[in-house]
Amino acid sequence: MDILRFITAGSVDDGKSTLIGRLLYDSKSIMIDQLEAIEKQTKNREEGEIDLALLTDGLRAEREQGITIDVAYKYFATPKRKFIIADAPGHIQYTRNMVTGASNSDLIIILIDARNGVAEQTRRHSIIASLLNMPKVIVAINKMDLVDFSQDVYNNIVIEYANLAKALGLEDVTYIPISALNGDNIVEKSATLSWYEGESLLHLLETVELEKAINLNKARFPVQYVIRPQTEELHDYRGYAGKVISGIYKKGDAVTVLPSGATSTISAIETDGGKLADEIFAPQAAVLHLQDDIDISRGDVIVLNNDLPKTEKEIEVLLCWMDSKPLIPGNKYLLQINSTRVRSIVKDIEYRLDVNSLEKKYGPEQAGLNDIVKAVIKTAQPIVYDSYKNLRANGGAILIDETSNVTVGACMIQ
Amino acid sequence: MSAHHLDYLDELESESIHIFREVAGQFEKPALLFSGGKDSIVLVHLALKAFRPGKFPFPLVHIDTGHNFPEALHFRDQLADKIEEKLVVRLVEDTIKAKKLTEQKGKFASRNQLQTYTLLDTIEEFGFDACIGGARRDEEKARAKERIFSVRDEFGQWDPKRQRPELWNTYNGKINKGENVRVFPISNWTELDVWNYIRRENITLPSIYFAHEREVLEYEGQYVAVSEHIRIDETDVIVHKRVRYRTVGDMTCTAAVASNANTLDDIINEIIATKTSERGETRIDDKVSEAAMEDRKKNGYF
Repeated sequence: MDILRFITAGSVDDGKSTLIGRLLYDSKSIMIDQLEAIEKQTKNREEGEIDLALLTDGLRAEREQGITIDVAYKYFATPKRKFIIADAPGHIQYTRNMVTGASNSDLIIILIDARNGVAEQTRRHSIIASLLNMPKVIVAINKMDLVDFSQDVYNNIVIEYANLAKALGLEDVTYIPISALNGDNIVEKSATLSWYEGESLLHLLETVELEKAINLNKARFPVQYVIRPQTEELHDYRGYAGKVISGIYKKGDAVTVLPSGATSTISAIETDGGKLADEIFAPQAAVLHLQDDIDISRGDVIVLNNDLPKTEKEIEVLLCWMDSKPLIPGNKYLLQINSTRVRSIVKDIEYRLDVNSLEKKYGPEQAGLNDIVKAVIKTAQPIVYDSYKNLRANGGAILIDETSNVTVGACMIQ
Repeated sequence: MSAHHLDYLDELESESIHIFREVAGQFEKPALLFSGGKDSIVLVHLALKAFRPGKFPFPLVHIDTGHNFPEALHFRDQLADKIEEKLVVRLVEDTIKAKKLTEQKGKFASRNQLQTYTLLDTIEEFGFDACIGGARRDEEKARAKERIFSVRDEFGQWDPKRQRPELWNTYNGKINKGENVRVFPISNWTELDVWNYIRRENITLPSIYFAHEREVLEYEGQYVAVSEHIRIDETDVIVHKRVRYRTVGDMTCTAAVASNANTLDDIINEIIATKTSERGETRIDDKVSEAAMEDRKKNGYF
């Protein structure tokens, strides 16, 4: 069995939380006591109906306002797959929380209200899906019951979205008409939507291929921690602990340690608290031992010699700004990529992406909350990276405001 | 499936080990909060995988309410001995005496709220900057919202409206002096994942997780162990039952479930078949209000 991590996105009131509630409910993943609790809270509803959105809105403020503020993670499994759902907020002011949920997802479900078609938040979330290089997009056209299950309405939205997807370079898009409230096309195929020839949403989620999410070609091993027991019997033990974020490593492989450029050979691989292995692959955690005694510490990256990442002090990034204080060129931040943290300065903002027209507005003076900009960042030490488009696992970095310690930016390195 | 494909338990394990090592790499004075319950036992197992043959870069810390099951305490001491790691125990009883705290009254008077005081004092005493805990997002709806690195202010408070964005697997543990981060390496595990992992890894658990005879009080459909910590009224019905514990917290607020499960296979089958959630079936303290957990977290609780 494997794991599919997906996120639900879309505008406020498009029915994201209801959709998740429905998936959990119809796949029998909700327990009796949880159901009783939300039945008690469901007020002003017609008899027999319950508000499935209450399952995911876990904060008091969310229930009070009837909105989703932060990502809720929900879990369910079918005999085919285990699912981790990130239920993301739709409100524009909470976009950063949506980005948080999306960054770890393999698939995004974008909900569109059939009555409204593609809205501003649909565009914004689709841009984020494209920026984050989401391998798979499902566009769920919801509330079909409110448009008389009309195939024309559905087709028009599909055409409208397809244009957007093309402009954004989203390649793998699947469309599905649903009614989350009534359960049409969620777990079972809907009898009312007989003109729809595809599969139910759950069936899609159970069968979608995930091969693209993990890259087994480019070998990258960021060192997180050096294990040195310094006991009598393990006097010379020096193990580099980390996780293979992509690729495959074998005992005997020739490696380069970046950014220093020192070379050596893998003399031993340990997994599982000391068990020796001949080979490890992403995303396994492991401890590597090298033949030569070279200086390696946290933040260094051990790579295979055949396909080296870049090691540079200046990078171009697409950046999603997530702080209420603006990003002003010349500001200094800490930049963290995997386990490496260095000082950096944002040198220049080249353009800001207009979410509605998708146009690039050149030469903005600053970037505000939720803006998406192209920027140039200079780092104090060279960083080891790949282009985000080629290798998601080694192309994403965060910016940290040193005065508040808050994560203020998400960078997709170009 | 290709040969280079990880099973879901391996994927979860690897994610958790990665988080443990980020704690070791980012913090100066971490601690692993250990209760003797199954989730924290899994944490210890994962820490062994993350750091052996080295020592843990943190002690095990137990905030002992004085209401713990003796079996869990015994297990705690044995495990710490066996793995030869440091165990710090701080007693809620001592905090109550030193700070003249008022204990809850009533039938199932719980020290659940009071343990936050001892926890915060212990964090201050040792200067812990990160506390690793075994909370899971599937347990409860406020927990479903919390980040893996959850920043707490100097009062230990969680501010659910101002959580830091947490992107990819890049964890930002930067804090000011006096603040601390709560880290939850098994955030993405479900109850069933934990049990399946315990079975696969053959992890030893305290005996109370398996079916045993116990004197229990039947109270509103839940079985509460008879102990000196709860008030027995004349009208109470006390029965001998074959039970097991699905979770292990305080004796005053953890209920047992009727069960004949003697093996991990039996337990897993019962959990697959159950129609009640883990906390719903076994925790008396969550039912107080809809936002009970959220409120406790805002006050520094785990």
